[in-house]
Amino acid sequence: MTSPVLEANNLMLGYADGAGWNPVLEDFSTSLQAGEIVTVLGPSGVGKSSLLRVLGGLQSPQRGDVTLFNQPHKKPHPRVAVAFQDPCLLPWLNLEQNVGFGLNFASQPVHSTAQRKEKVAHALEAVGLTHARRRYPKELSGGMAQRTALARCLAREPSVLLLDEPFGALDEVTRGEMQALLIDIVKARHTAVLLITHDIDEALQLSQRVLLLGGAPATTLNEWSIDLPYPRDDHIEALGLLRIDILKTLRHSSRKVTNDLIKGDLACA
Amino acid sequence: MTRIIRQAALPWLLGGVGILTLLLFWWAWLGPLDGLGRLGNLFTPQATLASLTELLRRAELYEHIAASLQRVLVGLGLALLLGIPLGLLVGASHYVEWATTPVFQFLRMISPLSWMPIAVMVLGVGNKPIYFLLAFAAVWPILLNTASGVKQLDPRWLQLTRSLSATRRELLFQVILPGIFGNILTGVRLAIGILWIILVPCEMLGVSSGLGYYILDTRDRLAYSELMAMVVLIGFLGFFLDALARIAYRRWAKG
Repeated sequence: MTSPVLEANNLMLGYADGAGWNPVLEDFSTSLQAGEIVTVLGPSGVGKSSLLRVLGGLQSPQRGDVTLFNQPHKKPHPRVAVAFQDPCLLPWLNLEQNVGFGLNFASQPVHSTAQRKEKVAHALEAVGLTHARRRYPKELSGGMAQRTALARCLAREPSVLLLDEPFGALDEVTRGEMQALLIDIVKARHTAVLLITHDIDEALQLSQRVLLLGGAPATTLNEWSIDLPYPRDDHIEALGLLRIDILKTLRHSSRKVTNDLIKGDLACA
Repeated sequence: MTRIIRQAALPWLLGGVGILTLLLFWWAWLGPLDGLGRLGNLFTPQATLASLTELLRRAELYEHIAASLQRVLVGLGLALLLGIPLGLLVGASHYVEWATTPVFQFLRMISPLSWMPIAVMVLGVGNKPIYFLLAFAAVWPILLNTASGVKQLDPRWLQLTRSLSATRRELLFQVILPGIFGNILTGVRLAIGILWIILVPCEMLGVSSGLGYYILDTRDRLAYSELMAMVVLIGFLGFFLDALARIAYRRWAKG
């Protein structure tokens, strides 16, 4: 096994509470290999988006550390692209300019204007938005905006792609197309992808590994490896069994949390 | 379709009615001033229009307009040079905001014209004290609008830019300045209004060109219909400048 591209060790995330920290997520560890899609699955409020910011170098964990190419990773890196839950397009730039945004930053590899244009054109073609390249964000639908945000990540040809529910606003057909596109990119460019979602089916369709977060504070409840070829439409049965297993684990964990809360309340009374 | 045209035309129509009403009031107001005799006739809309037509044929008028517009532009330029960087600092740091707010509010409330004697004493007669007074008057709306723009910047844009490993310079020129451009244009529009109001009294001191100077000149020559024509012209030019600022806002303030 080759060395991981991105590695998280014993991360703890929380919010300030008086003198200390109130943990939201504890003891999170994982590693991400090149060409691998890993999904972090979990209900709302377990700190998934904060976790993504920590892995993107945008936020420091309260405890633990992250390494990128075996180096400490504490700030944003040009080889790591992040697609946020919100497409976050700049309203004064048209779609094409939004996709190319950041490509000329000093931290990025040096490319000529023609090369940058070519990268933008390829990314737009990949997400099927070439026809709308001159439009401004307010003229785009939610789905088009999400695809633009994805194209902005792709144009940079990153080694690590961190995605925070990027397909949430898409209709079923477009979502399927985008998922297929993601798989193609990973195959072609050997990109390591970490996807945050609360959609079990999406996790099962895309990932080679699924990490399930749950509990309060959240921890990794379980991890599943899915060694099935893409596209996975022909493996409904195997995926269905996994789905049931994930749901069972999640329900068991939420029942435990509820029981703990009731016990806590009774103790207080 | 007809309804849409009617709706679009209505503001213009009502605006025209407003202007006509103003003219009517002007005309009606001078009626009872019979005591002024022939002097009163010099202030009527008819006499003013005749003088205005005559004035517009003189090259001299355009020189005065050019002198005034140049002063407005220099004043606005200085206010932008000072107001935008200061506004960025105030908007970006609570400490700077806390330290400067009382000072700015204090200075802002002093009429720029009250600095006129000091400005002339320090900078001498000529254009320099006018530039100073105009810049002093125009800097506040630009500064305050820039600061408020920075405070209202969408934090997601900043997060995105950070995630792309932007330098401070890239953040400033590619996100902050374009992001607050609408606020700056609002500041500019307000500043132009103030500049135009302050300009005329400023030009009544120590200069021999400009619309303010020309008003005094017509008074000294007892050319009252020309004086009224100048008042009307100043109003028109101000209206035109404001319209330009509004068009610029609509054209460039995307969001």
